[in-house]
Amino acid sequence: MTETSKPAAGKGAVARFLESDIYASFRSSPLAMAAAVIVLAMFVGAVLATLIAPYDPFDPAKVFLSDASLPPRWQDGGDPRFFLGTDDQGRDMFSAILYGLQVSLMVGGLGVALAALIGITLGLVAGYVGGRTDALIMRVADVQLTFPAILIALLIDGVVHSVFKGISRETSAIPVLVVSIGLSFWVQYARTVRSSTFVEKGKDYVSAARLVGLPAPVIMWRHVLPNVLGPVLIILTINLGLAVITEATLSFLGVGLPPTEPSLGTLIAIGNQYLFSGEWWIVAFPGATLAILVLSVNLLGDWLRDALNPKLR
Amino acid sequence: MKRLMLAACAALALSSVSAQAVTLRYANQGDLKSLDPYTLNETTTNAHLGQVYEGLTARDQNLKIVPALAESWEVLDGAKRWRFHLRKGVKFHDGTPFTADDVLFSADRVRASGSNFTTRIPEGAKFVKIDDYTVDVQLTSPNPILIAQWDTWYIMSKKWAEAHNTVAPTPASATTPSYASLHEDGTGPFMIESHQPGVKTVFKVNPNWWHKREHNIDEIIFTPIPNAATRVAALLSGEVDVIEPVPVQDIPRVNASSTARVLAGPELRTIFLGYDQSRDELLESNVKGKNPFKDIRVRHAFNIAIDKEAIKRSVMRGLSTPSALMIAPSLFTYSKDFKNPKFDPAAAKKLLADAGYPNGFEVGMDCPNDRYVNDAQICQAVVGMLARIGVKVNLNAQPKAKYFAKVLKPGGYQTSFYLLGWTPGTFDSHNVLFDLHGCRSPGSPRGETNLGGYCNKKVDELTDKILVESDAKKRDLLIKQAFEITTSEYAYVPLHQQALSWGVAKNVDLPQRADNSVMLYWAHKK
Repeated sequence: MTETSKPAAGKGAVARFLESDIYASFRSSPLAMAAAVIVLAMFVGAVLATLIAPYDPFDPAKVFLSDASLPPRWQDGGDPRFFLGTDDQGRDMFSAILYGLQVSLMVGGLGVALAALIGITLGLVAGYVGGRTDALIMRVADVQLTFPAILIALLIDGVVHSVFKGISRETSAIPVLVVSIGLSFWVQYARTVRSSTFVEKGKDYVSAARLVGLPAPVIMWRHVLPNVLGPVLIILTINLGLAVITEATLSFLGVGLPPTEPSLGTLIAIGNQYLFSGEWWIVAFPGATLAILVLSVNLLGDWLRDALNPKLR
Repeated sequence: MKRLMLAACAALALSSVSAQAVTLRYANQGDLKSLDPYTLNETTTNAHLGQVYEGLTARDQNLKIVPALAESWEVLDGAKRWRFHLRKGVKFHDGTPFTADDVLFSADRVRASGSNFTTRIPEGAKFVKIDDYTVDVQLTSPNPILIAQWDTWYIMSKKWAEAHNTVAPTPASATTPSYASLHEDGTGPFMIESHQPGVKTVFKVNPNWWHKREHNIDEIIFTPIPNAATRVAALLSGEVDVIEPVPVQDIPRVNASSTARVLAGPELRTIFLGYDQSRDELLESNVKGKNPFKDIRVRHAFNIAIDKEAIKRSVMRGLSTPSALMIAPSLFTYSKDFKNPKFDPAAAKKLLADAGYPNGFEVGMDCPNDRYVNDAQICQAVVGMLARIGVKVNLNAQPKAKYFAKVLKPGGYQTSFYLLGWTPGTFDSHNVLFDLHGCRSPGSPRGETNLGGYCNKKVDELTDKILVESDAKKRDLLIKQAFEITTSEYAYVPLHQQALSWGVAKNVDLPQRADNSVMLYWAHKK
C-alpha cells in the first residue's frame, strides 16, 4: 500500500510544483533559469569530479613537476593533455578546478547547513518562548555579529591546533572551516525565524495545537517551522554564495585547506603569486569559476526573494 | 633685526634637514618577530639586528672579519687563550658606555637556556675581565676559529638588561614577548624607534655611532610582505626601495622595469631535508613502535627518490645549484669529489620494501612558507616525489615564526621530517659538521641545529680535529673524510644552493653580501 502511494505522492508534489506560481515566475525569468542551469552544472561537475576530471590532482603521486606551469592548450607552448594548462606543481587546472569546486561547495554547503540548523533552532526557541530566553539568545546573537567569520576561523583553528597537538591540516581543515562558517552565519537565520515565529505564535492553529496538549518542541518543529521557512530559503541560497567566498578567503589566508588539497580559494592563492609573471591561467580560471558560481547562486536567491514576496506578485 | 636673521637661519637649517632626510623602505617576505638578538639564529633576523647591535667583530662586504667593538685581539697560548682589546668611547643607544662588563654579561646570556646562539662560545670557555677595556677568553682546548661567528654574537648592555628585567634570553618558542624582544639597546648604526611585530619596524639613524658613516640613510622602514606578487608590485610601484627575495618567476619582469633591478648571485645557503633519526618512534607518523628513519635504507631511498634537477627546472626556474653536500661548493675544496646520487624512484621503492615498508608509510613534514626562495613549493614537489615511492607526506607549510618555534631546540625539536636552509656562520665546513651533524647532548652546544639528531662519534672526533688542524691541506682531507661518512650514512637530503635575488630600486646602491644579509648601513639612496 505504501509502495503504491509513495510514487503517487511524489508525482503529485512535482505536478503541484509545476503548477505553482513560483514555477511560473521561474519560467518567465530567463536570468533565473540561466543561473539555475549554471549552478546545476557546477554541482553536477563537482559531485562527479572523480568521474569527469581527466586527472586526480589530490594524488601527489600522479602530479609531475615536469608538467608545471604549462599554458592553456590554445596558447603557444600549450600541451594537448591539459586543456586549461597546469599550475606551478604540474596539476591539470581543469581537474583541480573540479576537485576544488567539490571542496568549496561541500564546505560552503555544510557550513550553511550548520548555520541554518543553529539559527533556526535558536530563533524558534527565542520567538516561541519569549521573555528572558529570548533576550538572552538575541544578546548572544548581537555579540556574535561583532565577530567576523575570519576571526572566528582563526580562533577555532588556533584552539584546535593547540588542543589536538600534531593534527595535520588535511584532517582539521574541513571541520574547522565548516564550524567557523556555521558559527558566524547563524545569526541571520535566528533573527528572521524569531520575528516570524512571534507573528505565527499568536495565530489560531498554534493555540489549537496547544489546547490539544502537544508539547512545545513538537509545535515549534511541526507547525510553526513550515510557516516561517520562506525567508529562510532565501537566506540559505544567498548565504551559500557567501560561505563559498568565506571559505575561499580563509583558504587564501592560509587558515583553510592545504596546498596539497586545494579548494578554489587555495587555487586562487597559489595562482596569485604568478599573476604578474605572465602565468595568468593559474589564477584566472579558478577565479572566474568562483565568481560565476557565486553570481549565479545570488541571482537565484534574488529571484526567489522576489518570487516569494507577496507585494511583488 | 639680528633676531629675525637668526630665526630665518634656524628655519633654513630646519627645512634643509627635513629636505635631506632620506628614508629607505625595505620589505622582506618574513617578519622580524623578536628584537632579542639571542632568540633566532637566522640570517634575515641577524641582518636586521645587525643594523642595531654589534659584535666584537664584524664582517665586511666581502665577508672578511673586521674589528668592531673589539679594536684588536691577540691569540695566545697556542689558541687556548684569546685577548680582546675593546673599543673605547662606544656608547649604547641609551647612553651607557660600553665596557668589559657588557661582554662578560653577553657571554653568559648567549649561553643561557633559551638562547639559539649557544654555539657561538665553545663549551667551558671562561671570560675574564682584565680591566674595563680588556677581556681574556680562556678555552679548554685550542680554537683557532673562535671569532669566526662573532659578527652575529651581538653585545648587549648589562645595565639595560638588568634594569628591564630581561637578563634571560627570550626563547623562540616563547608565547609572551619579553622587554628585550620588543626593545633594543645596541651600539650599532641604527636605533629602533618603533617595533610592531608583523606590521612595521622603524629604524632611525644613530648620530653617535663610533664608526664613520658609510650610508646616507636617516630612516629605515621595514615591513614584512609575505605575498610574493604584492612584494614585487610594491617594489615596481616605488612603494618600497628594497625587497628580498624577488620570486624567481618575477626576475625578468623586475629587470625589464624602469624603476628597479634584481641583484642576483650564487648564495652560500644550502637548502636540505632532514628527518628525525633519534626518537624511537616518530612524532608524526603511522609507523608505531619504531622509527623508519633509523633504517639507512629508508634514508637512502629518500635521497634517490627526490629529483633535484626537476626542482631546479620547474620550481627554481633554473636559479639553483643541485647539491650533493651540505655546504656550498665554493666553501670546500673537495666538493667536486662528491656526486649527487642518481635519481631512481624504482630503486628507492625497492629499498623501502627491503626495509619492511613495501607500501610506504605516512609522515608529517614541517616546512616554512616565508623563509627561503619558493620554500613551500619545494616542499610540495617533495610530497609528490615521495608519493611516487609510496610515502604519504602530510605537509604543514607555515610561517617561519611558527615553524622555528616548533622545530628548533627551544621547541624540543618537534619534527619528523623538515626542510631547512643553512649558511655556515663561519663560512667553513667545521660549522656544518658541528652544528648540523654533531651528536646532541644536554648542556652542550654541539648539534644545536641538528634537528633530526644524527649522531656518529667518529664524525664528532673528526670535527674536533678539524677545529684545531692548522695545515690547510690536511684539514681539507679531514673534512672530506667526515663528509664521506655523513653522505654515506645519508644524514640529510641536500637539495640545492639557492640564488640570491634582491630587488633594488634603481636610485639605491646596495652592496650584496654572498650570505644574503641585507645590510642597509652600506646603502645609498639618491
